[in-house]
Amino acid sequence: MDAEITLRVDGEAHRLTVDTRTSLLDALRERLGNTSPKKGCDHGQCGACTVLLDGDRALTCLALAVAHDGAEVTTADGLAPAGELHPVQQAFLDFDAFQCGYCTPGQVCSAVGVLAEFERGWPSHVTEDLTGRPEMSHDEVAERMSGNLCRCAAYVNITPAVQQAGGAR
Amino acid sequence: MKPFAYARPGDVAEAVRDVAAEPRAVFLAGGTNLVDHLRLGVARPDLVVDVRTLTSREVTDLPDGGLRLGAASTNSQVAADPRVRERWPVLAQALLAGATGQLRNMATTGGNPLQRTRCVYFQDVTTPCNKREPGSGCSAVGGYTRYHAVLGTPGALPDANAPETCIATHPSDMAVALAALDAQVQVLGPAGERTVPFPELHRLPGDDPSRDTVLEHGELITAIDLPALPVGTRSAYRKVRDRASYAFALVSVAAVVTPDGELRLALGGVAHKPWRATRAEEVLRGQQLTEDAVRAAIAAELAAAQPQPGIDSGNGFKIPLVARTVLATVRGLLPEEQS
Repeated sequence: MDAEITLRVDGEAHRLTVDTRTSLLDALRERLGNTSPKKGCDHGQCGACTVLLDGDRALTCLALAVAHDGAEVTTADGLAPAGELHPVQQAFLDFDAFQCGYCTPGQVCSAVGVLAEFERGWPSHVTEDLTGRPEMSHDEVAERMSGNLCRCAAYVNITPAVQQAGGAR
Repeated sequence: MKPFAYARPGDVAEAVRDVAAEPRAVFLAGGTNLVDHLRLGVARPDLVVDVRTLTSREVTDLPDGGLRLGAASTNSQVAADPRVRERWPVLAQALLAGATGQLRNMATTGGNPLQRTRCVYFQDVTTPCNKREPGSGCSAVGGYTRYHAVLGTPGALPDANAPETCIATHPSDMAVALAALDAQVQVLGPAGERTVPFPELHRLPGDDPSRDTVLEHGELITAIDLPALPVGTRSAYRKVRDRASYAFALVSVAAVVTPDGELRLALGGVAHKPWRATRAEEVLRGQQLTEDAVRAAIAAELAAAQPQPGIDSGNGFKIPLVARTVLATVRGLLPEEQS
């Protein structure tokens, strides 16, 4: 069954007809040709499909495109308009925070979300004092990035890259 | 994936009517569990009714000092709410112990307690499962039981072929905290509104393991209310899992201690529903909340526990693990001089 929807992706509006079963990930990749979000597990377990959905990091494989009619989507591609790298992307380069690169666009979007969540003072599972402001420590960043798997295991470089992009010392 | 019609009605009343009128209709909120089930073939609805933008996203103060969580408030939002962090930390901790940042941004207050078991056999449509395919049997009995129940089961190694057998556990962390807090679930159904005390929302398999909750088809959670707690109440959630982050609980404990020393206790990862430890609470009633008293109370609660054998050496480890985790959690909530 078809439905007509509008998606605003990396600043550009698109009108498209989708089957109701289409995930937001498939709509982006297969219909709009935006291959920045990756299909890893397609079950919400790996984080490779992470984008910023209406400003918050979310998994596009577990979102039905039809349920997000009118949404604002930012992919890792859209974080670098005209090739100007986002500070998180630059930090991933500086820290060599990847090997094969398949999980990287999802890692980058997730990291941008993590930094916004720190900015808002959101706690995490490892925050000692729930009523205080969390520090951007190694453990805090690692916990917050736990939804993004890297099978090359570049974690030792990803965590400091995110800390550095967030201005932590 | 089986084709389905999608609807986003004008309001919640219409959404309830739409679902009630179609036996093979389901509500969709954050979609983090349902969309996966559509893909796996675990859920095969004809109609998906989207309520994510229809129910409230607001978290509002109640006149008696409680808090109302709108059904569409997200797990991240509730965990970060300063009122929840300050006054109901057990709930903030439970939410933060569950899933990942991306999933918590999508998952909702109304949807989280209604997520289905992560029993591997339930999620694998090639295996018999009484919860997914009533009457087909239970593949978990004698199978992979590490994440399965030890409380509220008919016994160790129940009849795998009996239609009522199910040893699955409820996967939600949030639900364990809500059970300990005596939260109240606001429900809208075809027959009108009703309030369900959270500890009564989920059910044991009984004669129909396919039903996780007491909600009737077409009933929708519109909000969950957190009752006010006496000033000085302390609470905490502790989760034990196979890895440090992003894993379901082997066992978990939600504990609430009021200033007059009353303990409210709920356990996760041990039963078909979030397990309110009413037997332990009874044993402790009127007693000084000491470590010895808590030890005796949890032993009473676990007296009926039945470890399930399994190809992975079974889940008997959960019984001492629950006892130790309860003790560790409650110890952290006792005034210094008692611990």
